[in-house]
Amino acid sequence: MPVRVETYERLDEAARALASSRTARFLGGGTLIMRAVNAGDQSFDTIIRARDANWSAIRAEGDGFVIGAGVTMAAVVASRDLVFLAPVARSVGGPAIRNMATIGGNLFAASPYGDFAAALLALGATVNLAGSSGRGIPIDDFLRDRERHATSLVQSVSVPRPRDASAFRFVKVSRVKPKGISLMSIAALLPQMGGRLQGARIAYGAMAPTPIRVTAVERALEGQSLDIATIERAAAVATEGIDPPTDALASSWYRREVAGVHLKRLLSAERR
Amino acid sequence: MAKKPVRFHLNGSEKAVFVEDGQNLLDMLRRGIGDLTPKYGCGQGTCGTCTVLIDGEPHLSCLTLAETVEGRQLTTTAGLASGNRLHALQAAFMEGFAAQCGYCTPGMLMAAKALLDRNPNPSRQEVVEAISGNICRCTGYEPIINAILEAAKSGDARHYG
Ligand SMILES: Cc1cc2nc3c(=O)[nH]c(=O)nc-3n(C[C@H](O)[C@H](O)[C@H](O)COP(=O)(O)OP(=O)(O)OC[C@H]3O[C@@H](n4cnc5c(N)ncnc54)[C@H](O)[C@@H]3O)c2cc1C
Ligand code: FES
Ligand code: FES
Repeated sequence: MPVRVETYERLDEAARALASSRTARFLGGGTLIMRAVNAGDQSFDTIIRARDANWSAIRAEGDGFVIGAGVTMAAVVASRDLVFLAPVARSVGGPAIRNMATIGGNLFAASPYGDFAAALLALGATVNLAGSSGRGIPIDDFLRDRERHATSLVQSVSVPRPRDASAFRFVKVSRVKPKGISLMSIAALLPQMGGRLQGARIAYGAMAPTPIRVTAVERALEGQSLDIATIERAAAVATEGIDPPTDALASSWYRREVAGVHLKRLLSAERR
Repeated sequence: MAKKPVRFHLNGSEKAVFVEDGQNLLDMLRRGIGDLTPKYGCGQGTCGTCTVLIDGEPHLSCLTLAETVEGRQLTTTAGLASGNRLHALQAAFMEGFAAQCGYCTPGMLMAAKALLDRNPNPSRQEVVEAISGNICRCTGYEPIINAILEAAKSGDARHYG
């Protein structure tokens, strides 16, 4: 069955249309949705798009930034405000993909995709839905209930600015360089107070159906100084409570074996 | 099925064409306009041979919904040469045997043009980065990378095309 395309001028109109149909999908950059159309995917019959320019704006607010869901990876790389997210955006696909792929679409991308969403998870972002005036949804909750949000339109994401440049670190592990799909990605927010970690958040991409927090590692880090002993203890529990997937890129066993090694490298990295 | 009119610029000339719902830009360019320079390789975003420039930036035409190019400036490999005069990139590809079967070439040329338009003097690493979304199964990439660096050196990659 061919797909139907509906175009709206405003995001709230598009959000209403999306909410009223289980078989409609919103068009971000289209890198996943058009791939599904080309493959004859029958799970949706309508594509909804909006021309709203607000949707791709980046603005400062409070002690962070509001990034429109339509902002592309290339726009993040080019932004002077979002320098801390540039290495994450640069790790997604090749140059053409980065000109198309949006941060909104990345929130919905199935594993092994979702490198940007993993970074947003570590940063403690909130997800703002179109047409809901209240507070945003913590990204942890959004990703946990992602299926349920399939009919909501993400308008933007609010991201707190990390306290200093070295407080946020990201690594994407892939076999093909410079452009390869993640075996795993690791994002770490490591705020320190008086030489001790306080409120550390660690997230993995490609280690579960959605990006996940790594609570065992966070517990090992909390209140400690980021020294060799702490890093060893954190690496030892790198996959505690996690059942990584087997896919065409790597087996569950392999992911489990290498997770601690990559986590250790990231945590012991000098200020980059 | 509903047909929608779309207007845009292709290699400097105005075009108007009807598209079908869900039609991708690659199909629209090839079947609707008759520009056969962008190729179909995978339809999945992985090979890069369908790369075209939209407002000067590389995009994968197989993953672009055709109707979203309304009012935009498109460039394909058909727009590179001026008359009989090859673009510096095309000349360098020919001189350097950077095309064997040639299937990846239109995508490589577009990715390279986007790079040189922004950065006329790229490093080797920057060239590798720029074509990282384009797969070539024949050349082993070295002749392509060298050709792009040669075109940059010749200095007229920017002057036409
Ligand atoms: C060759 C290739 C390489 C890739 N490499 C990577 C990679 O390295 N890392 C990575 O993370 N991903 C990668 N991807 C996957 C994908 O490109 C990215 O995840 C991208 O960010 C998805 O965004 P999009 O705007 O293209 O999504 P779309 O295809 O437009 O949408 C994807 C899904 O999200 C929904 N959606 C999009 N925007 C919204 C919104 N605002 N509100 C509600 N729903 C929405 C859509 O309905 C759809 O279901 C790759 C894809 C390809 C084809
Ligand atoms: S045909 Fe578009 S990337 Fe292969
Ligand atoms: S020349 Fe044959 S694929 Fe590149």
